[in-house]
Amino acid sequence: MSDLLTPVFIAAFIGACIAGAIPLMLAAIGETVGEQSGVLNLGIEGMMLMGAYFGYVVALDTGSLWWGMLGGAVAGAGMSLVLMILSVWLGLNQIVLGIAITLAGVGTTTVLYNQTYSQTAPRVDPSPWVIPGLSKIPVIGQSVFSQSGIFWGAIILAVAVSWLLSRTNWGLCIKAAGQKPSSLDAAGGSVMKTRSQAVLVGGVFAGLGGAYLSLVETSAFTPHMTNGLGYIAIIVTMLSRGRILWVAVVSFAYGLTVAVGTALQLTSLDIPTDVITMLPYIVVMLVLLIFARNVYISPALGAPYTRGAR
Amino acid sequence: MAKSDQGRLRSVSYLLIRSVLPILMALVVAGILLVIIGKDPIGFYIGVFQNGIMGDNWQHSLVMMTPLLLIAIGLIVAFRGQLWNLGYDGQFLLAGVVVAGLAPQLIEATSPGVAYLLLTIAAVVVGAAWTYIPAHLKARFGTNEIITTLVMSIIGVGLTNILIHYFFQDPSVRTPRTSSIPMDVMLPYIPGTHVHVGFIIAIIAAIVFQFILKRTSFGLRLDVFGASPKSARHVGIKSGRMIILLFAISGGLIGLAASMDIFGQWGYMRTNWNPAYGDEIVPFVFLARLSPLGAIPFIAFYSVFATGGMIASQEAGFSSQFLKVIVALILIFMAITEYIGTKRDLGQSYLPDELKETIKRPFANFASRGGKP
Repeated sequence: MSDLLTPVFIAAFIGACIAGAIPLMLAAIGETVGEQSGVLNLGIEGMMLMGAYFGYVVALDTGSLWWGMLGGAVAGAGMSLVLMILSVWLGLNQIVLGIAITLAGVGTTTVLYNQTYSQTAPRVDPSPWVIPGLSKIPVIGQSVFSQSGIFWGAIILAVAVSWLLSRTNWGLCIKAAGQKPSSLDAAGGSVMKTRSQAVLVGGVFAGLGGAYLSLVETSAFTPHMTNGLGYIAIIVTMLSRGRILWVAVVSFAYGLTVAVGTALQLTSLDIPTDVITMLPYIVVMLVLLIFARNVYISPALGAPYTRGAR
Repeated sequence: MAKSDQGRLRSVSYLLIRSVLPILMALVVAGILLVIIGKDPIGFYIGVFQNGIMGDNWQHSLVMMTPLLLIAIGLIVAFRGQLWNLGYDGQFLLAGVVVAGLAPQLIEATSPGVAYLLLTIAAVVVGAAWTYIPAHLKARFGTNEIITTLVMSIIGVGLTNILIHYFFQDPSVRTPRTSSIPMDVMLPYIPGTHVHVGFIIAIIAAIVFQFILKRTSFGLRLDVFGASPKSARHVGIKSGRMIILLFAISGGLIGLAASMDIFGQWGYMRTNWNPAYGDEIVPFVFLARLSPLGAIPFIAFYSVFATGGMIASQEAGFSSQFLKVIVALILIFMAITEYIGTKRDLGQSYLPDELKETIKRPFANFASRGGKP
């Protein structure tokens, strides 16, 4: 076991941690904004897949990861338009629409991938930013300070959303729409507009999370590559009670379990791969069992708002 | 008299339109999508019909319908109580692997009849047991059951593979799979067909649950609970117990579906096998208005569509995952049709007030400035 704890190994371990955490964190940030405004986005899995696929396509066409990320964000936002128009504007059932968006995302991306890249399966060039000076630090230099620039972009976005939610009027409107929509309405705000913005932001972040998965983490798209990550994002959101810092912390804890799973495969212990893939989910379920009392959900979550209705 | 007949006729035709229209619209839009990716939609739909019904193919569809209908009833029971049991894959596979793993030896040790009876009970228990944690969390802490059932489902799928690898591996083959039930002792066919008797069991289950839901006090209490857990408490329905019971029935029926499918159709299970029956039938359960008997025609339609569509999509050269897109379209059109229908029944405007105001505001501003921008 001790021969595993070499600097190279630890660097790879931290790298795996980050790779597992960032897509989840991005998606969970989007879900948090949506849930804070009272919209439960169950279609996040489908939005992530759309982001992953279209990010991949755009990145291949333009040769730039940044354009790819933008493409993923647009695809995610496009999927969230369905939720915005049908659920926020017309008040249709969010759960039914969420299932529909997930199915549509899985189906569409698989069909399109099989039509386009399944034969050649080209890979996207990663473009790590080796930060001068800092990347010379042993262990951390190779793992944290040699990440793709998109990693830093994701961190900045997380900080930005955290600031917007907790320090601005916009964040206050979002929270009011989720806590007591009628009071936001009475104060002269528009519940519909606020929730629409929140849903779009949620779609953008889900798309970004998916694109990060295909572009940075694996450098290629594979059908149904999210494999339940969208649902984990919803759980992260529930556990972190609307605070972006906690979203980041819980996401990195998840990344840790993924990295531990990968590391366990390298040991001489004979652990089946199924146990490794199940590990994060088992941890999530245990966390839910232990902290079930603390799970927080906006009071108006899932309920469409009709003015004047009681 | 004539007038009330007319009224009834109208309400029946409304119901038919509301149920069938979403499917038609979804098929049209899916056809347009096929044209966009350069495929022939008419040829695809003809292929679906030929491979789903023509010749002896309708029998394949009925075989597929058996687990689908049982899962549908399981979903209906949960959905009626406003409980979202979306963990059907895990419940189905775990129940399936237990019966597939134990069946060959148990059949040898006893008789097929006894073995099937015991194993069916085991499948029901396993399916029901796998819902317990989500049900308990929901009953005790109100934890969102959508999420917990989905996570338990993913764990269940992984556990299935582990069970095959370490407990039920067929020693005579290298591939990870369970031993097969001998062909001659699998569930018998309905005379004159190649459809196993599990189909009859599924139909009987639909009838029984139709009766339970519509004609018994339990069904009434379930509906009260589904309409409002708060008012259910006022009439003495214990919501915690109700949640656990409904989840158990739902999971049990899904376990039953697994046992019938294994005994009648497959005879064994291999790792990473997941037919994912549940995902695609959710819209049809709603289109049937959560009625077990009403679900029969819809599930039959989908069985034909899935059986034929699987082959037709391969022949036409695209992924059979396209069926998922069609199901998603049905769900969306169903929600829209339902919305318009409700607004129409209530005589309300089709657009919510706030949306109308938002749309009107720019025009109103424009008008108040005397038409000058």
